[in-house]
Amino acid sequence: MVVDRLNGWLRRIPVWAVYLALSLPPPILLYMGLTGGLGVEPIEALEHELGERGLQLLIVGLAITPMRRYLGLNLIKFRRAIGVMTFVYISLHLLVWLVLDVQILNEIWADILKRPYITIGMLAFVLMIPLAATSNNWSVRRLGSKWRTLHKLVYGIAILGALHFVLLVKGFQIEPLIYMAIILGLLALRFPKKRRRVVA
Amino acid sequence: MAYRWESDLTDDDVTPLSSFINRRQIMAGMAGMGLGAIAGPVGAAAGLDPNTWEEITSYNNFYEFGTSKQDPAKYAHQMTTSPWKVTIDGMVDRPGEYSFSDIMSKMKIEKRIYRFRCVETWSMVVPWNGFELADLLNMVGVKSGAKYVSFETLLRPSEMPGTRYNVLAWPYVEGLRLDEAMNPLTIMATGIYNKPIPNQNGAPLRLVVPWKYGYKSIKSIVKITLTDIQPPTSWGRYSTNEYGFYSNVNPEVNHPRWSQASEKRIGGGLLARKMPTLMFNGYEKEVAAMYKGMDLGKYH
Repeated sequence: MVVDRLNGWLRRIPVWAVYLALSLPPPILLYMGLTGGLGVEPIEALEHELGERGLQLLIVGLAITPMRRYLGLNLIKFRRAIGVMTFVYISLHLLVWLVLDVQILNEIWADILKRPYITIGMLAFVLMIPLAATSNNWSVRRLGSKWRTLHKLVYGIAILGALHFVLLVKGFQIEPLIYMAIILGLLALRFPKKRRRVVA
Repeated sequence: MAYRWESDLTDDDVTPLSSFINRRQIMAGMAGMGLGAIAGPVGAAAGLDPNTWEEITSYNNFYEFGTSKQDPAKYAHQMTTSPWKVTIDGMVDRPGEYSFSDIMSKMKIEKRIYRFRCVETWSMVVPWNGFELADLLNMVGVKSGAKYVSFETLLRPSEMPGTRYNVLAWPYVEGLRLDEAMNPLTIMATGIYNKPIPNQNGAPLRLVVPWKYGYKSIKSIVKITLTDIQPPTSWGRYSTNEYGFYSNVNPEVNHPRWSQASEKRIGGGLLARKMPTLMFNGYEKEVAAMYKGMDLGKYH
């Protein structure tokens, strides 16, 4: 079957290759930003690129379980790499916002408190910290069953991330709503199956 | 004779056409040095070097062509701008359809180098060509009793891919109080850098109100109506508390989405420093009197 062949092929890809591939875009984007490749307003372009790619990686991470469950496609061994790199992208997105975009310390603080889309984005980032910090074998062993519960935080993080995007755009725009729909869809796929399992 | 606004900038402050056309072919650092040398000390001291043609025409908000800043430059060429007619109606002595060429033959085209401040906190300096809106309104004759001017942008979905989605309620509309419309600073721009205004910047004619946030300066105008009631504005309809009728640039009145205290001048690259935003975008001397006694926080 196609899926089996695909799984066999995926088994041969080392995890470090995923880390490497996902590490390339940020420095390339930075270089483009410095040399005019991101247009006449590179700060906004870099910030948005990193944020959107972070959100896309979050979606890839959330798709791994449903893909295995419904399609038999096994990407589990890459899940940690994708999760850690999501955190890296969102951290860089935040760093660009702090250092290159807002720049001024009291404006940063005012933005976090007063602008709902920034409050929500910030909250999502803070919630990612414990997940990134426990994305290692030692923590998995140490936390046992609590580790799984803790990492369910990613469901809330994904919704907050999409909401951050929905709220920040002006006018009624479709793109952020598509992200939100995909995330809600991927989360919805997890719950009915569990119930069916209990019945079976 | 009516008071004519005099620019504090001269032709010497404008980046020559050859310099910004060649800019892409020259290394970034070289171009910076060259521009600095050509722009001269006057522009540099005033901090008002106009942005390049490329900057002004490749980074635009014109949601009729899409919501990304690059969409207008990509898609606006689809818009037919000739022939072009502007309907002028409402409380005027000579209502009717005026062709663009007819208007141009009667108007005095001037150069105006203005700061342009977007509510999204970026800014540019644009060397516009155009005529005073007051001259156009005097041409059609404003009836006594008229208090406001409303404007409408072209709505032609076959040429405007962005209007297939209701990002805003189309057509785009804007409005000014009559005294604002008659202010010598208020122009209808028809050119940039002495060239016809590109479609993405609002061809063939657009409003420019330099002391207000950019969305007030409505593009590609097809209708102007004189009225005695405050007209609706597109962004105001979308969110009244975010986008007030006046929308004067004011560093002290924050927008719910953005602090308006400072701004980023386009062209500074990835490491651009922010600069403080000026009251009425630096045109306080010319316009503040119109708002005397008004609570600018309430009437934002």
